[in-house]
Amino acid sequence: MTSSAMPPPATAPEPQRPGAGAPPSSPVAAPLAGPAPAAAAGVPMIAIDQVSKWYGDFQVLTNCTTSVVKGEVVVVCGPSGSGKSTLIKCVNALEPFQKGQITVDGTKVVDRRTNLPQLRSRVGMVFQHFELFPHLSITGNLSLAQRKVLGRGREEAEAKGMALLERVGLKAHAHKFPGQLSGGQQQRVAIARALAMNPVVMLFDEPTSALDPEMVGEVLDVMVELAREGMTMMVVTHEMGFARKVANRVIFMDRGEIVEDARKEDFFGSPRSERAQTFLSKILSH
Amino acid sequence: MNYNWNWGIFFEASPEGTGTYADMLLSGLIWTIVTALCAWVIAFAVGSVIGVMRTLPGRVPQAFGNAYVELFRNVPLLVQMFLWFFVLPEVLPESWGTWLKQMSNAPFYTAVVCLGLFTASRVAEQVRAGIQALPRGQRMAGTALGLTTAQTYRYVLLPNAYRIILPPMTSEFLNNLKNTSVALTIGLLELTARARSMQEFSFQVFEAFTAATLLYILINLVVVTASGLLERRFAVPGR
Amino acid sequence: MFANFDFSVILTSLRYLFLDGMTFTLTLTALAAVGGVVLGTLIAMMRLSGLPVLPQVAKVYVNFMRSLPLVLVIFWFYFLVPYIGQWATGAERPIQVGAFTSSLVTFTLFEAAYFSEIMRAGIQSIPRGQAAAASALGLTYWQSMSTVILPQAFRNMLPVLLTQTIVLFQDTSLVYVLSITDFLGAASKVAQRDGRLVEMYLFAAVVYFAVCFVASLLVRRLQRRVAIIR
Repeated sequence: MTSSAMPPPATAPEPQRPGAGAPPSSPVAAPLAGPAPAAAAGVPMIAIDQVSKWYGDFQVLTNCTTSVVKGEVVVVCGPSGSGKSTLIKCVNALEPFQKGQITVDGTKVVDRRTNLPQLRSRVGMVFQHFELFPHLSITGNLSLAQRKVLGRGREEAEAKGMALLERVGLKAHAHKFPGQLSGGQQQRVAIARALAMNPVVMLFDEPTSALDPEMVGEVLDVMVELAREGMTMMVVTHEMGFARKVANRVIFMDRGEIVEDARKEDFFGSPRSERAQTFLSKILSH
Repeated sequence: MNYNWNWGIFFEASPEGTGTYADMLLSGLIWTIVTALCAWVIAFAVGSVIGVMRTLPGRVPQAFGNAYVELFRNVPLLVQMFLWFFVLPEVLPESWGTWLKQMSNAPFYTAVVCLGLFTASRVAEQVRAGIQALPRGQRMAGTALGLTTAQTYRYVLLPNAYRIILPPMTSEFLNNLKNTSVALTIGLLELTARARSMQEFSFQVFEAFTAATLLYILINLVVVTASGLLERRFAVPGR
Repeated sequence: MFANFDFSVILTSLRYLFLDGMTFTLTLTALAAVGGVVLGTLIAMMRLSGLPVLPQVAKVYVNFMRSLPLVLVIFWFYFLVPYIGQWATGAERPIQVGAFTSSLVTFTLFEAAYFSEIMRAGIQSIPRGQAAAASALGLTYWQSMSTVILPQAFRNMLPVLLTQTIVLFQDTSLVYVLSITDFLGAASKVAQRDGRLVEMYLFAAVVYFAVCFVASLLVRRLQRRVAIIR
C-alpha cells in the first residue's frame, strides 16, 4: 500500500514528549497534546498513563501516555523495535509493565481486584501471525472462548460464529481447519473470533505484515468496514493507506517513546518530528 | 554349536504344576503388559503435571518441576526399585512399614509406583518440549480471548503439544514397557523373569529366551501400529 | 526414623565400594561407550550407505536391539557368549567367559544400536554439499567420511553421545542380575551381609545421583559452547 503524498521537508529537529498541552497545529518543535481536539471530548475507552517497561536493564517503553476514545480509530506506527507491539500488548496485560497505569473502559489493568480474563474478553485482539488454534475447526476456533469464558451454549456460540463468518465472507469454510485456509482467510477468521466476544475495543498487532501482498487487501477491507461501523480500534500497522482512509489519529513511536500523537490530517500534513518524517519518507517512498 | 535343542519344551508341564512352560511365559507376558499400563497411567498424569509446571511463568513450580526431573533421571532405575522396595518400609513409621511388607503383590505395586514416577520424569521432558515448541502467540491468543491459564493449557496448549509429541511419547511408552523387566529384581514375575525361571527349571535356555524375545518384538509391533493409528486419528487437517 | 542410621557401615566399606565396585562400573562404562560408538558409527554408515542389503541389515539390527529390554539381552549374552567363544576358537566345549567380558560384549552390542541412531542423525545433519565437495576434491568414500563428514558429525553430536553415555553408566547397574560386583553389586553385598539395606542403598543412590547430575551439568555446558561455535 503506497500513497502518492510525499512527506514535507524536515522542519522539526527534536522529538517531543507527549502530554504537555500546546496548540496542535504549531509546525515547529511544539510539544504535542494527547488526544487530538476532535476526539478529546469523547469518553476515553483506553487511557494509557505514563507507562514504562523494562526487560531487565533494557527499557522498552518510556513514559507512554495517550488515550483512545469511544469510536475512535488510532493507528500506531514506527520503526521495528520501537515498542509499538509491546505497548498494544500492555493494553490487555499480555505484557506486564513496571510503571504507570492503563485503564480500559473504566477498569484498571494493574489492580489486584481486576478480573483480567473478564477484562480481556471485552478487548478483542488480532495478532500478526493469526494464532488460530490449529487443532480446532474454524467453528471450534470461533466458539471456544464464547463458551468457556462467556458461558454461552454451543448453539448460541456457533450461531454467533456463523454470523460473523458470513460477515468476513468465509461462511463456506466453517468446517475447515486453519491449516487449510490461506493467510488472508485465517486473519479474517481471527478477526471474527475476536468479534465473537462482543468486544468494546479491538486491538490489531500488525495484522497484515505476515501476509503475502495479494492478501493484504481482503483483511484491510474487513478492518475498514469495522472502523466505519464505529468500532473503537487501536491498530499497529505500517499500512498508511489504511491510516489515511479511516484513522482519526496517528501515533508515531520510536525507541520506546511516543514521539508524535496527532490528528491524521496533521500527521500526514506536517509531522513535526524529524524521526517521524524520516520514517514516513521511508515507508511511503516505494 | 553342541546344544540340545528341544522346541517341544513349551508344551511340557512346568514344575510349578499349574500348566505348561508356554502358560508360564504367557502369564509373564500378561504381568508385563499390566504393569506397563498401570505405570503409564501414573507416568502420563504425573509427567503432564510436572511438564506443565516447568512451562508456567512462576519460579516455584518451575524449580519444583526441574528438581523432580533431575532427581528421577539421575538415579538408575534399579536403585530406585530398591529404594521403594527395601528402603521405604524401613524409614516409614513402623506400623506403615509392616503394612507395606505384608502387602500381597508388593512387587507389583512397587514396580507400578516406581516405574510410573520414573517414567513421569521422561514424560515431563516431552510435555515441556512440546509446549515450548508451540508458537508463543498461541498462549497469548488464548489469554487475549479471556481464557484463564488453566483453560489455555486445557483447550489450546496441551491438545497441540500432545499431538506434536506423540512419536517420542510412543518410544517412552516402549521404554516403560521394557523397563518392567527391571522389576524382576524385586520379584515381579514378568516376562523376562518367567523366561529366566524356565531356563533354570528346564535348562533349555535359548528356547526360553527366544520365546521371550519374540513376544517382546510382538508387543513392540502392536504398540507402534497402535501409535500410527492414533496419530492418524488425531491428525489435524491442513498440517 | 533415621535414629539407628549407621554411617560407619558406609565408611568401613568405602574401599570395597569404590576400589572394587566403582572401578568395574567405570571401566565397563568407558569401554562399552568407546566400543558402542565405533560399532554404532559403522552401523550408521551401513544404514546410510545406499548399497544393497546392508541398510536393511543395519535397520533390522537396530530395531531388534531397541525392542528388547536390556535385562533380557544381558541374560542372552551371558548364556550365548560361551557358545560364541567355542565357535570362534573351535574348542570342544563352550568356553568359560568371565563376567566382565560377557558384560562388555553385551553393553557394546546393545548400546551400539542406540549410538548408531545418534550418529545417523549426526551424519544426516551435515549438508550434502560437504560430501560433494569432498568427492570433487578427489577423496574416496572412506577418506571423505573419516576426514570430512564424521569429524563434523561427531562434533555436532558430542553432547548427545555423552548424555547417552550417562544413561549407559546408569544401565551398567543392571549387571546386578548376574551377581557381578559393580558399584551397586558391591553396595548390595555389604547391605545383605551386614543387614544394612537402608544405609547402603541410600548411599548408592546418592553417589549415582551426584555423578550423573554433575556429568549432565557439564554436558549442558559443553552443549552451549558447541551451540555458540556453530
